[in-house]
Amino acid sequence: MASALVIKNLKKTYGNGVHALKGVSLEVPEGDFFALLGPNGAGKTTIIGITAGLVNKTSGAVSVFEHDIDSEPEIAKAQIGLVGQEVNFNPFEKPLDIVVNQGGYYGIPRSIALPRAKKLLEDLGLGDKMNQNGLTLSGGMKRRLMIARALIHTPRFLILDEPTAGVDVELRRGMWDYLRKLTSEGLTILLTTHYLEEAEQLAKHVAIINKGSIVASGTMDEILAMHEDKGESKEGYRGGRLEEVFLKLTSEK
Amino acid sequence: MNGYRKWIAFYTMLRKDIVRIFRIWVQTFLPSVVTSVLYFSVFGTVLGSRIGTMQGVDYMTFVIPGLVMLAIVTSAYANSSFTFFQSKFFARSIDEMLVSPMPPWLIIAGFVSGGIIRGILVGTLVMIVSLFFTGLQLAIHNVLIIFGFAILTSLVFALAGLVNGVYAKSIDGINLVPTFVLTPLVYLGGIFYSVHNLPGWWQAITYANPLFYLINGFRYGFLGISDVSIATAVGILSVLIVALVGVNWYLIRTGLGLKQ
Repeated sequence: MASALVIKNLKKTYGNGVHALKGVSLEVPEGDFFALLGPNGAGKTTIIGITAGLVNKTSGAVSVFEHDIDSEPEIAKAQIGLVGQEVNFNPFEKPLDIVVNQGGYYGIPRSIALPRAKKLLEDLGLGDKMNQNGLTLSGGMKRRLMIARALIHTPRFLILDEPTAGVDVELRRGMWDYLRKLTSEGLTILLTTHYLEEAEQLAKHVAIINKGSIVASGTMDEILAMHEDKGESKEGYRGGRLEEVFLKLTSEK
Repeated sequence: MNGYRKWIAFYTMLRKDIVRIFRIWVQTFLPSVVTSVLYFSVFGTVLGSRIGTMQGVDYMTFVIPGLVMLAIVTSAYANSSFTFFQSKFFARSIDEMLVSPMPPWLIIAGFVSGGIIRGILVGTLVMIVSLFFTGLQLAIHNVLIIFGFAILTSLVFALAGLVNGVYAKSIDGINLVPTFVLTPLVYLGGIFYSVHNLPGWWQAITYANPLFYLINGFRYGFLGISDVSIATAVGILSVLIVALVGVNWYLIRTGLGLKQ
């Protein structure tokens, strides 16, 4: 089975001198639900930005389903659906137009994109909002609209950069059920999130990044096995096993 | 992306922009029409009657091609510069295109085509308005030259506007170039006078202004008179088009001002 994403020795130094990525290598198997975890500023969004074509890399190689993003950018990009961290659509447009136009940018004729967009918006609970101004959508609705937009061209690889940030529990669960269904149909998902219990439940593979370097990667079971219960004090808040491993690997101490 | 898919992507960009242009017609069409009415009233009717003729034609007839060109230039420029800047700065909706498989030249073509269409539409409206000041008389010497210059000029200024939109880091950056570069070039490009009416040193400066050649070429299409040869004007347009396409392609391909 091919890999959905292969990253080799990826480096990124921003104009201000910050080394955001210091030689990251990563592989996301096809059909996987892969969690890329790390504290704020660790380099997660930079990896996603480079993969999707929004950030220029300094060096290294990235390929999507064996298509290099430098030598075959059109084929590589056609495989990817991106739900970015920030809301990035024109709020003065209608959700239906936003999704249909996105299909158009991928070369999907309006006659095909229109029914597909309606179905996606209905599936994501935006059926009654599709012809309203984007300004009227709540935060959770905007997130779901971005998921619909990312799926309009039926990508093989969906990248979700903190898609549930600021979304209430009920909506979040609905969102995950929907994405889990897509994974069962063969879609590969790369997820970044700060809700570690979500990642623990959903992901098959995990990579933890800290300060621009991967500090751990493997199957969820392998990562969880790094947790050692040393019979520490039960006082104060204790997170799940993944949270404990995460803190152990990324803590400043 | 095969040719058909590229066509669909281009059509999507163009359709979206045309819908926007018509939706906000008060901002896109009306200002140029109102400004033109003022110009025709003041320069054509009030002052024109005192000036008499310019290069052997009635002054009102002389200024019409230049004022139509002014509308084309400013509309084409404003459309691509503002549309691109808006999609880059407000809500980052330019990401929708950058993540898509559209190659850089297709993104450029989409933005620029919107500018050309708005330029031509506004130019046509201004020309229609001018008829009310000439007793519904419109001199036409060569219709192909008129259309050719209108399209090529809107292409040049839509491309220039796109460079501005890509580079601009604030809304001031969008307004600076039209105010301090474009407007002086247009006004000193011979809309209201023939270069032969100027003193020698000013004539020399005027010959260095690319707008002077475009306005004269366009005027030739209407009146059959020009201060410069049409071949020179077409040559200058061609050089500008090649140079601006190159700059835009480089900017979008490398992501300068767009990607981190």
